[in-house]
Amino acid sequence: MSVAESRNPDLAATQAPAKMRTMKALDIGGLILTLITVIFAVLWAFPIYWGVITSLKPESQVIAKTVEFLPRTWTIEAYWQVLVNTMIGRWYINSLITSLGVTAITLATSALTAYALSQLRFPGRLVLWYLILASFMVPLTALIVNHFILMAQLQLINNWMGVILPQLIHPVVIIVYKNFFDSVPKEYREAAKMDSASEWRIFSRIYLPMNWGVTTALAIVTFIGAWNNFLWPFLAVSKPEMMNVAVGITQVNDAFGVQYARELAAAILAALLVAVLYLIFQRRVTQAIMLSAGVKG
Amino acid sequence: MLRNHSRETAVALLFVLPFVLIYGVLFLWPTVQMVLLSFTDAPLIGPGKWIGIENYVEMFDDRRFWTSVRNTAYFVALTVIPNTLIGLAIAMMVSRLKGWQQSIILAMFFLPYILPVSVVYRIWNWMFNLQFGIMQYPLTWIFGEATPVFRTQWMFMPAVAFVTIWWTCGFNILLFLSGLRSISTDIYEAAALDNASRWTIFRRITWPLIWPVTALVLTIQLILQLKIFDQVYLFVQGGRPDPSMVLVQYIYNQAFQKNEGGYAAAVSVALFVIVIVFSVLQFQFLRARGEK
Repeated sequence: MSVAESRNPDLAATQAPAKMRTMKALDIGGLILTLITVIFAVLWAFPIYWGVITSLKPESQVIAKTVEFLPRTWTIEAYWQVLVNTMIGRWYINSLITSLGVTAITLATSALTAYALSQLRFPGRLVLWYLILASFMVPLTALIVNHFILMAQLQLINNWMGVILPQLIHPVVIIVYKNFFDSVPKEYREAAKMDSASEWRIFSRIYLPMNWGVTTALAIVTFIGAWNNFLWPFLAVSKPEMMNVAVGITQVNDAFGVQYARELAAAILAALLVAVLYLIFQRRVTQAIMLSAGVKG
Repeated sequence: MLRNHSRETAVALLFVLPFVLIYGVLFLWPTVQMVLLSFTDAPLIGPGKWIGIENYVEMFDDRRFWTSVRNTAYFVALTVIPNTLIGLAIAMMVSRLKGWQQSIILAMFFLPYILPVSVVYRIWNWMFNLQFGIMQYPLTWIFGEATPVFRTQWMFMPAVAFVTIWWTCGFNILLFLSGLRSISTDIYEAAALDNASRWTIFRRITWPLIWPVTALVLTIQLILQLKIFDQVYLFVQGGRPDPSMVLVQYIYNQAFQKNEGGYAAAVSVALFVIVIVFSVLQFQFLRARGEK
């Protein structure tokens, strides 16, 4: 381009303004697109904003006939009412314990299995690997009836363990871990072997620490997934005091009839923890979602 | 050497044992039990008599079963392709932005995805509220009067599909964004030099190059939406569930409300088979991508 310009200054001179014009036109088009993007994003996020704002209004303003995008009077009365009149504290503890349980057990068992599949030779290794790949396709939703029967036989209905156990099948976590363990350079393992380190030591001191990033990412999405899971916790628990928060807020109405600000306040509280987790660990959440979809993040 | 080898085997088996136990007890065992149960007339809890394929025969004549199949298919049709295309469109809009601007806009589109379904339900139930919902302004403008969206038969599924797209689109946007980033900028620069229009660039470059991601998103969506239960169950609360019953909801209805364990298991097997057929397609596709 520069050669052509220097050799043929006339042509370059005539071309330059034309190019400038298209650049400018493109910019205006780009500006409009950006504007549309922003408007669309605002509309997309609006229902969440509207839910939060409504929960911060006094009930009398909630049912006012005019639309107010900001409360005339800010109040946390609705939140106070939810905390006092529902079992939301208890539900939060149930959600916290069952989600942490699902996350810890899933990650621990998956990492160990992935390490064995990736680094160790043992009979049945390929069969296990193919079983894991195959279970990737199986809809756990179809097992709700038999999960319920099994949990009833084990007397685990209305029990934290009963909520946790059927949520532990996450073949994708093993697949992701195995991919990462496969790519750890062999030299580390050989060097450790020379020092006659045990497999457990190699796993816990080399392979796991080298992949903390993946572990964090998988832990966060597994936790959010368990926290948000509705169908199984809904089936496994019938006692209000054992419900998870996502189930509790839809199954138990307080004794005062419909109060919109309160319903929304309860919903906002139910989502608060995962929303904050996401905002803090945005990058990790994105990475984990890509990894589990089979896309390199 | 041999001792070393058997030692490795022992360690390996110890490592996989917890998972194999979980997998066997909570996955293989229930799956086998589901198939066995589907050949009996057992209630949800308790023994039953072996009745062969009677449940399946009954299922093929069951109008409510076919209604739930149709409704599930309808829901899939309403969500899968729109959700994928909207995801692509938003990803393309977001990918034009840079740095912190992109982060903020992306977060606004993605935030709904991390909400529990019951929160999504509460928010949209309020948005569409018959008396005070803000959506009633456009609805009144269109239909001339306030409209109970989730109590109007023909509006129910489209409305639930609309909410579902709002809720889950963030996932598709992420996948498309990473796909768009992997398209080399050289190609776009070359096209810009040729003064290609935006539409030409999209049709000739973006669409064909993003197609593998599009196919992936489509299959993931398809499998996900076949298992629809939560939103339909929640939004129909307090109304009549029958006309909008979906497959998983029918399993729930038969097992937990009608106490027909054997029959519910037969319907579960049907769902199982349907999802696996589509998953095999997805798996083949993923493998094809992995090899490339």
